[in-house]
Amino acid sequence: MNALSKPETGGILSLALVIAILPAFLPNSFYFDVVILVGINAIVCVGLNLLIGYTGQISLGHAGFFGLGAYFSGILVSIHGWPPLVALIAGAVFVGVLAYILARPVMKLRGHYLAMGTLGMGIVISIVLNQEGDLTGGPDGMPVDAFSVFGWEPGNELTWYWMVGGLLLIAVWLALNLINSPVGRALRAVHGSEVAASVAGVDVARYKSLVFVVSAVFASVAGSLFAHYSGFLTPSEADFFHSIELVTMVVLGGMASVFGAVVGAAVLTLLPQLLTVFHDYEMLVFGAAMMITMIFMRRGLVPTLQSAFNRWRK
Amino acid sequence: MFAEFLQFLFSGITVGAIYALVGLGFAIIYNASNVINFAQGEFVMLGGMGTVFFIGLGLPMPLAVLLAVSLTVIVGFGLERFAVEPARDAPIVTLIIITIGASIFLRGAAQLVWDRNFHSVASFSGSDPIMIGGASILPQSLWILGCTVVIVIALHMFFNHSMTGKSIIATSHNPLAAKLMGINTSMVLLMSFGLSALLGASAGILIAPISLTYTGVGIMLGLKGFCAAVLGGLGKPMGAIAGGLLVGISEAMTAGYISSAYKDAVAFIIILAVLFLMPNGLFGGRGTERV
Repeated sequence: MNALSKPETGGILSLALVIAILPAFLPNSFYFDVVILVGINAIVCVGLNLLIGYTGQISLGHAGFFGLGAYFSGILVSIHGWPPLVALIAGAVFVGVLAYILARPVMKLRGHYLAMGTLGMGIVISIVLNQEGDLTGGPDGMPVDAFSVFGWEPGNELTWYWMVGGLLLIAVWLALNLINSPVGRALRAVHGSEVAASVAGVDVARYKSLVFVVSAVFASVAGSLFAHYSGFLTPSEADFFHSIELVTMVVLGGMASVFGAVVGAAVLTLLPQLLTVFHDYEMLVFGAAMMITMIFMRRGLVPTLQSAFNRWRK
Repeated sequence: MFAEFLQFLFSGITVGAIYALVGLGFAIIYNASNVINFAQGEFVMLGGMGTVFFIGLGLPMPLAVLLAVSLTVIVGFGLERFAVEPARDAPIVTLIIITIGASIFLRGAAQLVWDRNFHSVASFSGSDPIMIGGASILPQSLWILGCTVVIVIALHMFFNHSMTGKSIIATSHNPLAAKLMGINTSMVLLMSFGLSALLGASAGILIAPISLTYTGVGIMLGLKGFCAAVLGGLGKPMGAIAGGLLVGISEAMTAGYISSAYKDAVAFIIILAVLFLMPNGLFGGRGTERV
């Protein structure tokens, strides 16, 4: 009972509740499709938020990890006939090792240099995916076989929905656990001041690397899921614009708020669907929305609304 | 053999000069405000597309160029006033998203007002290549180099010998002290955005006759200009010029000798290598953090 009264547990229960009752309100498979994409993006964002929101390190290249995970699954399953689950894990391990190797030099950078470094990393990955056409199909993309575990296939949208929803809950639970552990406190200390944290005995470089690897693995797993769900991959999944979308989801929802990342992913995945009614004005409105929310709700949707709600209650 | 090398060098210096101009734009805004303006590439696009548009209206080239540059500078002012100024004290991530939002907005607006097609602009003076040492160089390349040199000298004079230029430098060193000395720092910010819009637009107009111009032209040019600025150490104008030339020449050499497929990756591979070894850029000093 004591655990239930903690705000985090309450949050994860409400998220589980939303996931559980949402299908009753989704009229057709188009809505399921959008919600599943929200879930996949949310998994990436929950991981990315650990890096950006809690540790204060920006990454403009996480779509690269998403794309690598996706192509790992695509190539191993569809060309080499690996079981999808094994390919997913292999992709996550590969991306994790790559992120670990990159983490030391990348996490040494600060501010705009860090932005440049991660941006360059993402763009190099996306150029490789574009150019290695024999392996990836190049800019035209490649088809990916359906997902299956021991012969079981999530055939329709509803099974995919439960699968992605379940994984999202696991991702949120993992993130909350990490944040409320000594590691999480160390990360927040790093965000506050790296010098102060290191004086207090926090191994800054180690924790920054750790969170970089964790966020990259989240992105890779989500990428693998996306590859199987959509059944078709293009290198645009790894490009600069997708990286920006991911960062915007995190910041828009609310930095250092796990549920904010979920809300941000939902808003930014739904927005383009709503904006299609604007046809030619789509980019214009999207850019304007990005600017306006960032100018007027700097802390993001969830923290801003939360403090407004608290004020109203008083 | 040597002629081939010379050929690659010429084309490298030509693009490098364009990257240098874009990089200078990044450096100027960064100096004045600590903001990285990710909409810098859209200034390049506006310069090129604006020129196409005004020529399409039947205006003579020089007038079209002048109008396109003025249009871009006005957009630069607007960007500072309506997007950056209201969020001056926001964290870096927020400002990065705002300027990226601005760049998507500007690209969307350009697609709406103009179109999504590729356009060509006539060279400033003929297109018969000039032969030097067995390599050919386009007259437009000479225009690019000449204009870049003139612009760099003019900027140098502006920053070192004019009151406005000096007040921009003063603000970049210490905004508060500059304000106490009676410098209108918010005017300085506006100026720096205008100036960097002017540089971007010039780059866009100069390159348009060689590579076609379209509404998406600013994305890669902007990112590579950012590479140039970071390579030289952020906020160092001469560093940005050196960085631009380095990126341009390495790109041309890679395309010529190794593979043109990975030409676009060169700038980013160089920047990663440099940042991993020297986290503050080639010419950046060792920064210390105040606690």
